[in-house]
Amino acid sequence: MAIKEMTYREAVRQAMVDEMERDPNVFLMGEDIGRYQGTFRVTQGLFNQFKQVRVLDTPITEPGIVGLATGAAMVGLRPIVEMMTMSFSILALDQIINHSAKVHYMTAGQACVPLVIRGPGGAANQLSAQHSHSMEGWYAHVPGLKVVAPAFPADAYGMLKTAVRDDNPVIFTEHPTLYGVKGEVPVDMDYLVPFGKANIVRQGSDISLIAYSKMVHVCLEAAEKLAGEGIQAEVVDVRSLLPLDVETIYASVRRTHRAVVVYEDWRSGGFGAEIAARIGEDCFDDLDAPVGRVGGLNVPMPYARVLELQCIPNADDVIAAVRKAGL
Amino acid sequence: MAQPAELTIEESPAVLEELYRQMLFIRHFEEKCNQVYRMGKAGGYLHVYIGMEATAVGWLSMLRKDDYVITAYRDHAQALLMGDDPVAVMAEIMGRRGGTSRGKGGSMHLYDIKNNFFGGWGIVGGHIPLGAGLAFGSKYKGEDRVTLNFLGDGASNAGVFYETLNMAGLWDLPCIFLIENNEFAMGTRLEYHAANVELHRKGYPFGIRHERMDGMDVLAVRKAARRIIDYVRTEQRPYLVEVMNYRFAGHGAADNDQSLYRTPDEVEAAKARDPIRLLERVILDQGVLTQEQIEAIHAEIEDQVQDIYEKADAMPFPDPEEVYDNVYTDMEVEKGH
Ligand SMILES: Cc1ncc(C[n+]2csc(CCOP(=O)(O)OP(=O)(O)O)c2C)c(N)n1
Ligand SMILES: [Mg+2]
Repeated sequence: MAIKEMTYREAVRQAMVDEMERDPNVFLMGEDIGRYQGTFRVTQGLFNQFKQVRVLDTPITEPGIVGLATGAAMVGLRPIVEMMTMSFSILALDQIINHSAKVHYMTAGQACVPLVIRGPGGAANQLSAQHSHSMEGWYAHVPGLKVVAPAFPADAYGMLKTAVRDDNPVIFTEHPTLYGVKGEVPVDMDYLVPFGKANIVRQGSDISLIAYSKMVHVCLEAAEKLAGEGIQAEVVDVRSLLPLDVETIYASVRRTHRAVVVYEDWRSGGFGAEIAARIGEDCFDDLDAPVGRVGGLNVPMPYARVLELQCIPNADDVIAAVRKAGL
Repeated sequence: MAQPAELTIEESPAVLEELYRQMLFIRHFEEKCNQVYRMGKAGGYLHVYIGMEATAVGWLSMLRKDDYVITAYRDHAQALLMGDDPVAVMAEIMGRRGGTSRGKGGSMHLYDIKNNFFGGWGIVGGHIPLGAGLAFGSKYKGEDRVTLNFLGDGASNAGVFYETLNMAGLWDLPCIFLIENNEFAMGTRLEYHAANVELHRKGYPFGIRHERMDGMDVLAVRKAARRIIDYVRTEQRPYLVEVMNYRFAGHGAADNDQSLYRTPDEVEAAKARDPIRLLERVILDQGVLTQEQIEAIHAEIEDQVQDIYEKADAMPFPDPEEVYDNVYTDMEVEKGH
């Protein structure tokens, strides 16, 4: 195993390279991923390395792409579909929810769908109302799908490899603002980060901040600020929404007795509400304050940067929720 | 491919000059937009119309004031030509409160409903059925409006396009599907994204009249547009046109490696068909304007665009409270994080 410093983008790419080298049935499809090297450059170099059929430039037809990939998966291929942004996966919801997610159940196990749908999800920079969706919570509602949203390069690497080897459809969200984030990655063919395991990324005794994807970084920033005034916040990186590691979350809450769940998606009905509800159900006696939630404003994402920044939760919003929890 | 320019010129000198000014205005406006983007005063995705001016100018010059227009995200030209205040358009692109959508839409989402311009849409293919719906609406109400529904070559692969063509054919909707074939869908060339590169043929299975035509010679564009608009208006039936133009600029302002999908030679060759230069030649040949007058017009329009930019740049950004406006017609959203 070689520990390498690399960006999140490179980690995702390395995971795809590993898995394509390991298994000839793994192939990539997506818009502008080949000759154009990917709009976020995640697939850079892969077209030259693996050539046409294994790195397939597709027309702009998301339902068709996902449906075709699902069919190919049913006969033994292992497609990785890149959504140029996860917002475009909305077009493919029928294929994902009505088809991919249902195959194993409806065939009573006769067929399965080893499919990965990956791409940038969440608000980037002024992409406005149609290009800024956080879709992971929507997918985490659907039985039959697995949904992960890693926050760090090493997890992106290890979890994407796990996703490719999984026999079920996996939604793999990469936040567009994380692509340049650097970290140490243990590059090894068999470095796999299992699904359903949350990770404590900062220890603290006063409150648990629970998040996934970009919001983990926002929580770390908030924790840093809080530390300056003597409040020790623990940050739990959920990593995997479905399956969800409630044990690690609960254990943290039982230590700190306070919890704030942070997510970028619209506050109302977002996946953070699910986490908050579970803590409320199962850790009621351990809590010194109601479980707090911080989510995105309940409006379509506006273009103007001042308004956009207002919509996306930041460290101050997290701190405000910490105060509300009595600290 | 492109047909040669017609020899007989029907346009009066005044009309020729006006067409020239419109194309030039779009060219300069778009160049300013790219500059504004590079200065960091516009963000997100921004797609300019440079090289494609004759298509929108030619077609929109043939529409009636009450006809409907809808397009995707490459929408500055249509917004300006439909009568949107250019300062408000620039302000929108710069995310200012004085913008057409008060800074909430940006470059991709320009609208001017009072002037029958319906946007301004970011999801490839998504607006195509909306356009058919506009046509359905006017037909339902017994009006004789025409809807001009712009889409890209890349968008013509979207399933929803075929669904819409079927409905338009089935219900005889007065809608012109105008595929702007600029040869690229972002970084993917036509031949890598379309099984049949004669995109106009997509009308055939739905019994929709269809043809391919030039989109660079604004006079040829107008001739074809007049004929087709007349047909759609009087017959109240759909039409599909594939307009051959070319995008000189990158896909968007952030497309910084065009060598991945085309060569500089190819762009140079296409520039021989530059719609502005084509019309300029006619204007000089016909003695409509002299070289000096043309240069004066360039300078005048450049100043005008600079003035538009400065006015837009003087406008404030939206107020924080405005973030909650217009989610519903009749209720407030829950506030806060
Ligand atoms: C459903 C969907 N998929 C992908 C994209 C990203 N995207 C934006 S523009 C574009 C290319 C569209 O090309 P074309 O329709 O030819 O229009 P042009 O940009 O040439 O005007 C792509 C892939 C999108 N906006 N929507
Ligand atoms: Mg195109």
